[in-house]
Parts: sequence; C-alpha cells; structure tokens
Amino acid sequence: MQALTNKAQAVNRKPMTLLERLYLINIIKGMMITFSHMFKKQPTIRYPEEKREFSPVFRGLHVLNRDEEGRERCTACGLCAVACPAEAITMEAAERVEGEETMYREEKYAAKYEINMLRCIFCGLCEDACPKDAIYLSETFAPANFTRKGFIYAKSDLLIPNPKTEASAFAEAKGVEA
Amino acid sequence: MTILALDWGFIIEKLIMIAIVVFASLGIALYTTFGERKVAAILQDRPGPSRAGPFGLLQPLADGLKLIMKEEIIPSQANKWLFILGPGLAMTASLMTCAVIPWGSALDVFGRHVELQIADVNIGILYVFAVVSMGVYGIMIGGWASNNKFSLMSALRAASQAISYELAMGLALIALLMTTGSLSLKTIVEQQVQGHWWNVVYQPLGFLIFFITAMAECNRTPFDLPEAENELNFGYHQEYSSMKLGFYLFAEYINMIMSSAIMASMYFGGYDLPFFNEASVAPNIAAMIGVGTLLIKIVLFIFLFMWIRWTIPRFRYDQLMGLGWKTLIPLALFNMLLTGAVILAKL
Repeated sequence: MQALTNKAQAVNRKPMTLLERLYLINIIKGMMITFSHMFKKQPTIRYPEEKREFSPVFRGLHVLNRDEEGRERCTACGLCAVACPAEAITMEAAERVEGEETMYREEKYAAKYEINMLRCIFCGLCEDACPKDAIYLSETFAPANFTRKGFIYAKSDLLIPNPKTEASAFAEAKGVEA
Repeated sequence: MTILALDWGFIIEKLIMIAIVVFASLGIALYTTFGERKVAAILQDRPGPSRAGPFGLLQPLADGLKLIMKEEIIPSQANKWLFILGPGLAMTASLMTCAVIPWGSALDVFGRHVELQIADVNIGILYVFAVVSMGVYGIMIGGWASNNKFSLMSALRAASQAISYELAMGLALIALLMTTGSLSLKTIVEQQVQGHWWNVVYQPLGFLIFFITAMAECNRTPFDLPEAENELNFGYHQEYSSMKLGFYLFAEYINMIMSSAIMASMYFGGYDLPFFNEASVAPNIAAMIGVGTLLIKIVLFIFLFMWIRWTIPRFRYDQLMGLGWKTLIPLALFNMLLTGAVILAKL
C-alpha cells in the first residue's frame, strides 16, 4: 500500500532477547532514571508563601481608573457594557452637579457601576472599548466568596484609591495594576 | 515450689525488650508512611508533605489522628466478628515476626547480660515463615468478612500470591541454610560477624530470589495486586474505615520493616558493621553501634522497596503467576542444587 506520508514506522515485533526477557536490567535502568530525578529542580511553587508572577498582559480584576487629580474618569457612556460579550457590566449614569468637579472629570458619571465576576470572562474587551481610559484589567484575580452576591463587584470595590487623599494606597494599587 | 522460682529479672528484661521493639516498630512504621510519601514525591520532582511541622515531620501524627477520628463503620451484611478479627490478625502476625530478629549482640546492664533479641529460637527462620503465612489469614478473613466482591477477589489474589511466592522464598532460603547449617537467626548473624564475608556473597542468586519474593509477600508494587486500585477499587480493605483500616496499612509497613530486618540479618550481616573491630570499643558501645548498623541497613532496604515501587508498574496477574511458578521456583531449585554441589565438592 502506498503510504501517504513517510511518518509511518514499522512496528518492531522481534522476539525479545534473553537479556530483555530477564527484565532485571531494564528495571535497574528505570530505577536509575527515577534516582536521577531526586536531584532535579522541583517546579513546585509553594503557594501562600510563594506566588507565581503574572505576565504583564494578564487580565485579572477590573479597576476603575482616576485621573492625576483624583477624579473618576468614567462617564457612564456604556460602551464597555455594550462590548462585553458576557453581559457582565451594568451601570446607571448621573449628571454631575455644582461642586462635584473635584470628584468627576466629565459632566456625566456612573452613579452605579457593577461587574458580575461570575459572568465576566476576563476578555478585556471593556478595556479596549473604553474611550476615556477608565477601565483596566489588573494583575489580580477575584478571590473566592461564600455567596453569589459576593461576586457582584460594586463601584466601591472597583474604584482605584484616590491619588490625592490616599497616595500610598493608590501607589500600591498602581503597582499591582502595572 | 521450684516452678515458681522464676528469674524475675529475666521476665522484666524480656518484657522491656518486647515493649521497646513493638513501640519502635510502630513508630518506625508511622514514619515509614511519611518516608514513602516523601520518597514518592522526590522521585517525581515534587516536595511532598511539608505543611505539618518542620519539613512536614508531624504529618504521620496528623494522619494517625485522622484515622482514629474517622467513623467506625461495619457493613450491615458483614460478618462482624471476622470483620474485626481480620485487621487484628494482620497486625499481630506482622508484629510477631520481630520476636526472633537479633537487634544487636548483647548489653551488660546492672550486672546482667542482656541479649538484644526477644527470643533466640533455634528454629527462628521457620518461626518467621509460620508467622508470615498467618499474616495472609488477616487479609483473607478481612476480605471475606467484608461481604464485598472486590474484597473477596483481592483476598483470593493475596492468598494465591502468598502461597506461590512462599514456595520460591523457602527454596531460596534452603540454599542459604545449607551453607549456614543453622536455623537460628542469631547463629546466622554471628557466623557473618565472625566470618569474612556476608552471606550475600555466597548466595547472590538466593538473595535476589528472596528479595523478589519478600516484595511479593509484603504486597508491594510491582506485586500489589491484592490492592490494585484501578481494578479492585481498594482491595481487601475496601469496606474498612477508621483504625481498622489503619491497622491494615500499618501491618503492611511493619511487614516491610520486618522483611528488611530479616534480609539484613540473613544476607547482609545483621548488626555487623564492616571494617570495624568491635573489640576496640567497650562492649556496650559496640552493641549499640551494632543496633544502629542494623537500623541503617533496614532503612536502606525500605528505601529500595520504595524506590522500586515508584519506578515500575504493577504486574498483570498471569505475569505474576508465571514469574512465580515458571521462573522463581526453577531458579531457586537450581540455586539449591548448585549450593549442594559446591558444598559436596568442598567436603
């Protein structure tokens, strides 16, 4: 029969020689292999003490960004919610009133902003869709929770600390966010 | 009243010896389970148990505690009396072996000459054989009384495996006994201490056969068919829980320790430390060094058992029987004839 590729190899069906049938030599060979593994480096990461470094492009928990003056960037345009293939994002917009200029960057802001972390597939399309650089995926992941409700992250959970008032917390969050 | 004129010192001495040996065996068995997990892990590039205590050293205690705290379940259709007898018998049989093993030469304590052996029976090795064959009853009774098909299957396997391999084991041993001329383990060890070479030099083939059959008797991989997880779920201890399961598991490890001790005594000089003149130090220190040497030999054998376990897969049942009946028994017979011929030629 004409072979389609030259990858096929004939199976060796030669009867075993006496040495092979003795089996002991092969056992000793195998034992040498396992013995050599005693001196190999263990790939184990001892989790709570050691953590694996995430790659810089890791897509983890979302962060709602602020600008340099500590104002929220989000204008509640809804593009992220539209882009979201898992329909994990809900938001309610509100209009900025007099005296809130230090809190919100634009005239419109998100009064309510929720992401359901059980729905979210961490694809990062919200990050791509945002015209205001308001949402980013950080390098942490959602921790375990006891209830389903606990996985619905409100705006307070997502918002990055204010660089003006909580500079150290902001720096920390920034460090993880990279 | 001469019957009551007992040497009380002798009885106390033996009772202390028994207590030490039994508790030491249990303690070593406890840590052998830990050693097994560590060896398995290291051979597979893993760290192994490392959480409980420094280097995970408290892990066996945690395991033991867990086993004790588990619910005691006796299946409703099981034969209760035999169900409880099974693990007890397995444990008793494996602990009884240690009675004839010479752990060291002799200590002089408070003016008494204490032999470091519970009983120097002149048919020591026959006694070991008798007790080891009783051990299989523990497995058989447990497997049968569980009223579970898997357990019964595994008990049958265990019994036929033990019977098949005991033959080759005995034949391999006969060749050794022909050279030593004694069944007493103490005498066999003393001959090696006095003589130039250990018995393994005179009986390499015999040792190999004995080692393989000992592995089969201990139900260790590659001969662990009685507890083949993938075909029999858990084997003969399928229905067992709590400390009854613990007894079976411990009995296996104690068997391993005891067969290592017997192999060390019979073929590797027992408590004989090579290239060391025992007369150069005080007799008590020499005896303690001897005990340490035997323990090191036992540990090395246990490591060898584990190393083999984590290297090669299990035999198929027909391969197991083929190896036992068609290879090991003829080889052992040949070894016996060869030894006999050499002894005759030397006469």
